[in-house]
Amino acid sequence: MNELVEAIPFLGKRYPKATKWLIIILAAVAPLIAAYFGRSWMRILDFALLYMMLALGLNLVVGFAGLLDLGYIAFYAVGAYTWAFLASPHFGIHMPFWIVLPLGAAFAALAGIMLGFPVLRLRGDYLAIVTLGFGEIVRIFMNNLNHPINITNGPQGINALDSLNLFGWNLSQSIKIGDFQIHYLYLYYYFFLLCVIGSIIFIKRLQISRVGRAWAAMRDDELAAKAIGINTRNMKLLAFALGATFGGVAGGLFGSFQGFVSPESFSLMESIAVLTMVVFGGMGNIAGAVVGALALTALPEILRNIALPVQQAVFGTVILDPEVLRMLLLSLAMILMMLLRPAGLVPAHARYSRPELLKGGA
Amino acid sequence: METLLQQIVNGLVVGSVYALVALGYTMVYGILGLINFAHGEVVMVGALTALQTLLFLMGVAPDMAPLLKLAIAVLVAVPVCMILGFLMERLAYRRLRGAPRLAPLITAIGMSFLLQTLAMIIWGRNYHTFPQLISTDPLQPIDGVFITPVQIAIVIISALMMAGLILLVTKTRLGRAMRATAENHRVASLMGVDTNAIIALTFVIGAGLAAVAGVMFASNYGIAHYAMGFMPGLKAFTAAVLGGIGNLGGAMLGGIVLGLVEAVGAGYIETMTFGFLNSSYQDIFAFVILGIVLIFRPTGLLGERVSDRA
Amino acid sequence: MKKTGIAIAIMGLGFGLLSNGVSAADMVVKLGHVGPLTGSISHLGKDNENGALLAVEEYNAKGVTIGGKKVKFELVGEDDQADPRTGTTVAQRLVDAEVVGVVGHLNSGTTIPASRIYNQAGIPMISPSATNPKLTQQNYAGVFRTIANDVQQGSAIGKFATGALGAKSIAIIDDRTAYGQGLADEVEKAAKASGGKVVAREFTTDKATDFMAILTKIKAQNPDVIFFGGMDAQGGPMLRQLKQLGINAKFITGDGGCTGEIIKLAGDALGSTSYCTQAGLPLDKMPGGKDFKERYKKRFNLDVQIYAPYAYDAAAAMIEAMKAADSTAPAKYLPALKKINFQGVTGNVAFDDKGDIKEGAITVYQFKDGGWNPVN
Repeated sequence: MNELVEAIPFLGKRYPKATKWLIIILAAVAPLIAAYFGRSWMRILDFALLYMMLALGLNLVVGFAGLLDLGYIAFYAVGAYTWAFLASPHFGIHMPFWIVLPLGAAFAALAGIMLGFPVLRLRGDYLAIVTLGFGEIVRIFMNNLNHPINITNGPQGINALDSLNLFGWNLSQSIKIGDFQIHYLYLYYYFFLLCVIGSIIFIKRLQISRVGRAWAAMRDDELAAKAIGINTRNMKLLAFALGATFGGVAGGLFGSFQGFVSPESFSLMESIAVLTMVVFGGMGNIAGAVVGALALTALPEILRNIALPVQQAVFGTVILDPEVLRMLLLSLAMILMMLLRPAGLVPAHARYSRPELLKGGA
Repeated sequence: METLLQQIVNGLVVGSVYALVALGYTMVYGILGLINFAHGEVVMVGALTALQTLLFLMGVAPDMAPLLKLAIAVLVAVPVCMILGFLMERLAYRRLRGAPRLAPLITAIGMSFLLQTLAMIIWGRNYHTFPQLISTDPLQPIDGVFITPVQIAIVIISALMMAGLILLVTKTRLGRAMRATAENHRVASLMGVDTNAIIALTFVIGAGLAAVAGVMFASNYGIAHYAMGFMPGLKAFTAAVLGGIGNLGGAMLGGIVLGLVEAVGAGYIETMTFGFLNSSYQDIFAFVILGIVLIFRPTGLLGERVSDRA
Repeated sequence: MKKTGIAIAIMGLGFGLLSNGVSAADMVVKLGHVGPLTGSISHLGKDNENGALLAVEEYNAKGVTIGGKKVKFELVGEDDQADPRTGTTVAQRLVDAEVVGVVGHLNSGTTIPASRIYNQAGIPMISPSATNPKLTQQNYAGVFRTIANDVQQGSAIGKFATGALGAKSIAIIDDRTAYGQGLADEVEKAAKASGGKVVAREFTTDKATDFMAILTKIKAQNPDVIFFGGMDAQGGPMLRQLKQLGINAKFITGDGGCTGEIIKLAGDALGSTSYCTQAGLPLDKMPGGKDFKERYKKRFNLDVQIYAPYAYDAAAAMIEAMKAADSTAPAKYLPALKKINFQGVTGNVAFDDKGDIKEGAITVYQFKDGGWNPVN
């Protein structure tokens, strides 16, 4: 929170308290503001919250523990497919969310450990490319496990997933009180917001715990960390498992929100997008992940709303379409951030990390 | 029997292209310890530049001999890719040389996507037809086993270029400087080697090879596309790791082996797994091999280095 | 950060508003259209939108009176980029804009997730081109399509292969996309049902360029016909590689490969033993096809790509249903839409109880004289 406050220029330094409240109020009324521009913006906000959870989870692995994971979206997929298996007509099983979400998280954690074990010895680039392979393998299996037994329904995906039902309260149905109605997108927003806040609190506690400090030590110098008695093997596994857990939960929520999962939602590009959010916001830093996710979910949509009419007006046709703009934005964000501001938009707090390392030369 | 022989031919052809691309990865990794993710995109730029040149030549000189056209296209594509390789190194990677190791890697991934996007803007999203100037009419050296002249050319050209590169690295002064830089930058520079120039040169040579690989790839399949470099690039990297990263001979061997495994694997996986797995899993072979090699034999088949370079 | 974002969004909205001028007098009824207006198949998306626009304009010109008031229809066009997630976002945008019906989307992959949003909002939708059977199997009340689905296309291909082509053995390849796999499964079923033998079932991806390994394996089985469920970008190189391997089997592919693009990509590997199918009739053979072609050309100065007539009929079906129900409220005209029966450009437009078009036609084309020609 304080990092976020400090990241806001001018206001944050002068009136930290006021800024803090401003952020809280903004988070609370954001959907109302978004609704003013149309419900599609609320949907975008909902997705931004999902991406925040993903970015927070990946940040745990990449930022805290220093393990570059390019297959992170696989855990998101595990969570989403768990929801699809246990809460949809596909197998005819309809379990409530308080069973499915934890199960999805557990499966994702298990997948994280399964990935973690073999790659314990790998570092840096090798780790990156093996995790990339892992992500692709998971996607390929999901795309093909409809034969000889139909498990995932292959490329067709699974449809008509149950929506979130909080003990009899279906979040996908708008609440009507007389003429006044609360649209279901609000309900999802606040539910997701609670999940994100919960994640932030958990991660915050984790960061200043023994585990968080052990990760920081391991990230900054693995040999030294070993020498002072940190069990780096367990710490790495824990990072993979916990990071994956967030992915799993976000995946389950995504499944319930979208109502449809198919392997094409879990492509390498999505892994890269989440990584870019972490890098853009600032590695090793909770506020960074939040800001990165929000910025990189909203920016392409905003660009789409400005750049297209502008191009239409100036050139008469659309030269750079929204997908190209999004790709440009993501790739440039990665390169320029690394070159110009490697600590990210919101640099990590100095106590638990060493941003000076990122500024070049130890 | 013909089927198996045919699969081996298929594997050799694909493997030769992988091998040529793998050389670029292995050279850069050997010197900088960096996976240049964008190397596959250089292959793509090579193919599309050659395509552009060919289309231009067909417009201005339709009567020119096809092989001459192709030669000119290669002569344009290679320098273009070399400049691209040089710029990547100079503008991005060099500035990150002292940074923690995640930074250059993330930059390389960003570079890969940036090049794809730029290519998408320049050449569009469509698949382009690449003129097949070397004949693709099949020959039958053995009854029932088919190979086309363009495939023969690919295998031979790849072999020649690899041999040339090995000679360059092992026999010349320049090669010695490269090996010295790979061994230890600081010591090499103390010995009077201009390491910056050597590193830039490594990128340039790798990019040149990639351009040739791109043209061969496009000639063989008759298509070119903005995303054509990514998957072959990843697979070539796998080949480099399989052979032993940093080792030129290893990259060649790895490329050929990977090509063979993919072709034979796709052909026989269904029989081998009793119908449980099938050719839809063709793309995972590379990743599975990569995982196994890195975990059990990180030095690769012919490797010299260990993976754990801190 | 946030504040500038909002300011920018306001600007964006301003631009959006500028583009829809509304004349004041009539009752304005909004219909939505969604298709990919940017990206690799934007020409098809634009084609659909033009088709729907033509219908709207022609009805406006004729003048429609509903509930005693003169109605002016307005088409709100959205771009889903052929991406499922964007598809749901723009679907939401149309719901916000209070459209009374939606023509779209183009791809099955975007239509299926979007249909859930329209269904929640109680807005009917008619897709002019999404052929995946799943779309109408969801049993949403307001989901229709004016084109034959992949079950119909697949069974037509299977029957054609075993019947007209006389195939005893058939090899099937698909690209592991929802479209390719769905179609290939239907072909397999139909071929088996009509006495053909499926001797090989192989797979590739929608990004692959090398098919030598699977084709070599197929060659060993020596099939009479090879079917490929996938797009032209893979179909073209596949045809070349068939030739390189000296495989002489007949080749047939679905609508994804029934394009002009594949003719360029395959080069001289296409021959008279190559076939493809397309849902619907060729434009010239549609009951209102010739006339439509001229009207379309006159209005947009463009040629019809593929699905514009289906989009036209989709929009027309909605307006006809509103006239029949004498209401533009979705809940009121939906029952009339279910029972609609009129002569459209593409043929008789009537839906079965799932929402599929009743008389969906499939046409087989053969490669001849440098182009695709319908087989009688």
